[in-house]
Amino acid sequence: MMQDNTLHGPTGPLLNVQNLVVEYVVGNKIVHAVSDVSLEIARGETLGLVGESGCGKSTLGRAVLRLRPTVSGRVLFDGEDLTAMQGDALRKMRRRVQLIFQDPIASLNPRRRIGDIIAEPLVIAGVKDPSERHQRVCDALDAVGLDPPLVLSRLPHEFSGGQCQRICIARALVLNPDFIICDEPVSALDVSIRAQILNLLEEMKARFGLTLLFIAHDLAVVKAVSDRVAVMYLGRLCEVSPSEQLFAKPAHPYTALLIEAIPVPDPDVRPAESVPVGEPPSPIAPPSGCRFRTRCPHADQKCRDEVPPMRAVRPGQYAACHHPLS
Amino acid sequence: MSGQALLSVESVAVDLPTARGNLRAVDHVDLTLSAGRTLGIVGESGCGKTMLSRAILQLLPKKAKLSGRVMFDGRDLASCGADQLRKLRARSLAVVFQDPMTSLNPVLTIGTQLIETLQEHLDLDALAARKRTVDLLAAVGIPAPEQRLMQYPHQLSGGMRQRVAIAIALSCEPKLLIADEPTTALDVTIQAQILDLLAREQRRRHMAMILITHDLGVVAGRTDEVAVMYAGRVVERAPTQALFKKMHMPYTQALLSAIPKLDAAPHTRLPAISGRPPDPTRPINGCSFSPRCRYAIDRCRREKPPLADAETVDHKYACFHPLKLSAGIGT
Amino acid sequence: MATLELTLEKDVGAEISRRARRLGPVFWSAVGWMVFVFAVAILAEVLPLPSPTDMDMLERRAPISALHWLGTDGLGRDELARLVYGARISLIVGLCAPVIGLTIGGALGMLSGYFRGRFETLVVGSMDVLLAFPPLILALAVTAYLGQSILNLTVILGVLGIPAFMRVARAATLTLARREFVIAAQALGATHARILLRELLPNVALPLLAFFLLGVAVTIVVEGALSFLGLGVPPPISSWGSMIGEGRESLDVAPRLAFIPATAMFLTVLSFNLVGDTLRALTDPRQGAL
Repeated sequence: MMQDNTLHGPTGPLLNVQNLVVEYVVGNKIVHAVSDVSLEIARGETLGLVGESGCGKSTLGRAVLRLRPTVSGRVLFDGEDLTAMQGDALRKMRRRVQLIFQDPIASLNPRRRIGDIIAEPLVIAGVKDPSERHQRVCDALDAVGLDPPLVLSRLPHEFSGGQCQRICIARALVLNPDFIICDEPVSALDVSIRAQILNLLEEMKARFGLTLLFIAHDLAVVKAVSDRVAVMYLGRLCEVSPSEQLFAKPAHPYTALLIEAIPVPDPDVRPAESVPVGEPPSPIAPPSGCRFRTRCPHADQKCRDEVPPMRAVRPGQYAACHHPLS
Repeated sequence: MSGQALLSVESVAVDLPTARGNLRAVDHVDLTLSAGRTLGIVGESGCGKTMLSRAILQLLPKKAKLSGRVMFDGRDLASCGADQLRKLRARSLAVVFQDPMTSLNPVLTIGTQLIETLQEHLDLDALAARKRTVDLLAAVGIPAPEQRLMQYPHQLSGGMRQRVAIAIALSCEPKLLIADEPTTALDVTIQAQILDLLAREQRRRHMAMILITHDLGVVAGRTDEVAVMYAGRVVERAPTQALFKKMHMPYTQALLSAIPKLDAAPHTRLPAISGRPPDPTRPINGCSFSPRCRYAIDRCRREKPPLADAETVDHKYACFHPLKLSAGIGT
Repeated sequence: MATLELTLEKDVGAEISRRARRLGPVFWSAVGWMVFVFAVAILAEVLPLPSPTDMDMLERRAPISALHWLGTDGLGRDELARLVYGARISLIVGLCAPVIGLTIGGALGMLSGYFRGRFETLVVGSMDVLLAFPPLILALAVTAYLGQSILNLTVILGVLGIPAFMRVARAATLTLARREFVIAAQALGATHARILLRELLPNVALPLLAFFLLGVAVTIVVEGALSFLGLGVPPPISSWGSMIGEGRESLDVAPRLAFIPATAMFLTVLSFNLVGDTLRALTDPRQGAL
């Protein structure tokens, strides 16, 4: 539904999310974190998922991995229904999908040595031979540019943020997964280290034939690594387009707002005095109809009454808007 | 750049004793700032920019040793007594920090925090202070300000809290505002709004402002002058336009190149700077950036380059092997 | 591929020993006293001491002499011997009772902090009930029903300590269970048992251990108080608390009978506190680089 068939592998998309709904209860109120999201990711593709804080992108990433309970909807991974799996079958499937987090230092157990941390997936997966584990751990560390003898017996607090993120990537790679969800992997890192890690991710993707879901709030970062980009706002998808097209000709007003707000490192580009469009509403009581309408300059009655469906605006470019930009 | 400089930082160094030896957080930094101008200080974590701002505010940790002079409004801040400093801090020197959740008192309402500040420093009575608070909150763009007076910080969103922090900072009409990574924790659309707010208030009050950030994009359109810091030193300093047109110090150029650009094609390999920022407890002989610099020559590793003038005396850089070509934006 | 520079850090062991060298004389005195008390308690039978239960009615409240290094108490028993054997009791009860709290309370705390939901409500509720029980009444009831003995005393004090350990473990688990490294383990398909034992326990163990040492100190004092009231160890077994209780009658004639055991208890409790605090500070892994 979302893309050209030429992007599919021989057996269809690797990940197929269908009408996923995630809600949770806070106090006595319901937070509508993810509302009816559908998307597909083809084999070997990088889909960027962009949105501001509270839009539900992290929740979506975790729900796909069954780390959050879903209210309804399905997640098909390589044709199999992840949402219906239990116990052992689910654990086996987990080995093919890995996750990288935003805070690299918090992602590592402060009391375990790096060698143990990276070997953990192998132990859980039932690789019994210690020398085989050791070899695979060293291979993973080499792949991310870390020297195994210097690293294996140390504790996480001895490393910087960038190095910890490399260790997390090594941990994600050690099982040779097919699919990696990167949840804001570079947001907590310095600018110069960010570039290193992004390059590393691209390299790993090419070398190991990975498919990536890259979640971030920084549009420029997302554009640098993604083939297609999905924009999320308050639990719903606004737009899904190929990267170049998204930035050259955004179809959804929210995408345009995001692009305009990015600070450009060029002093001749005076930032336009931003129209005070206020803050995103709370996901506890999201606006009716189109959720962006409270901040959209083009909103009208129809936007208030009807939830806009995701429609093709141009070939390959989809937007959920009653009045898409042309 | 006319008139007496409002702020003059003269050869300021900050030393911190740590378990691993002496840590030179700030290494002989010189800066000047006049009223009504904005200075951007750019650098990554560990470069000393936060310590520098603390040194200016005289808010360093007890163990820290400060050398050099900080002249503000004609006075040497180091020689001011605690009382004088306290008065100065609210009425002339104000700060906005990165995380509004920790800079606002979580157990006091917004109204109480603002009204208390006003009463203390401007000697207003309760009614006048209240009215002024409401005006201030409206000026920083908070809708329904009267209702906000009763709310606690955790009931507001990040952007709102930062606006409140700015309101507190501006409440006593300071001459200098130091904004230390004010938008790093905020979303990009809110970031733009907050930065606009700061610029607007600065123009209106003819205030001097120091904007500390790690993002070159943030300083590009919003500052008059930029100082780039690395390993505790200022490695390049210039009026903003001049800096972006011609960067001399390779680190500045590398920092700019490492930012993914919106107009680049996807999957372009980013020119990353190899290695990591230096450990401040292990100072390197010579230029701190030399281990990571592609242009480093022998001299770079032996001597520390001093700040030298470029084409104009406003533009200074510290490098023995500056970039020759007019490598500007996007190269 | 971007190259990497690793700072040549000394390994963590060297780091700890370097920090250890900067520990002051106060810490080492505390350790010294603890070692001394332990040694003396363990070697009590081997030491050339008169029996603590031999009563010499002719030598009651005798002053310090070559025969009785600390004199005798109101019943003619050698004070020093009683002090040494009393150390035994204090240490046995002081160490064993908190172990009960640590294991049961720690386990309950970790499980309730990890699983949350109704299990947590049940555990926290029961702990609240236990806490609401007046401890002295419980001690009285148990000793009246089951008799006074070291075992019963240890069990009562142990059970009374469970809620506190539960709280510490639960608090530590609650903060940790939300951190990304736990979610990472879940994403890898680790079982709950594995996560609790391999990911959470090593992190929760440290605050629990620090609390344990504090618990030892408190238990020694509580045992002392109960023995002072006559509810603790039954005579003729001596405990520092019962010695203080007995010494109360002789305060005007021989005040040392009360003050010597009190001082011993004070120094021991203080040492445990000091060592516990310092150990905690020493082994806390620092969070990330500068």
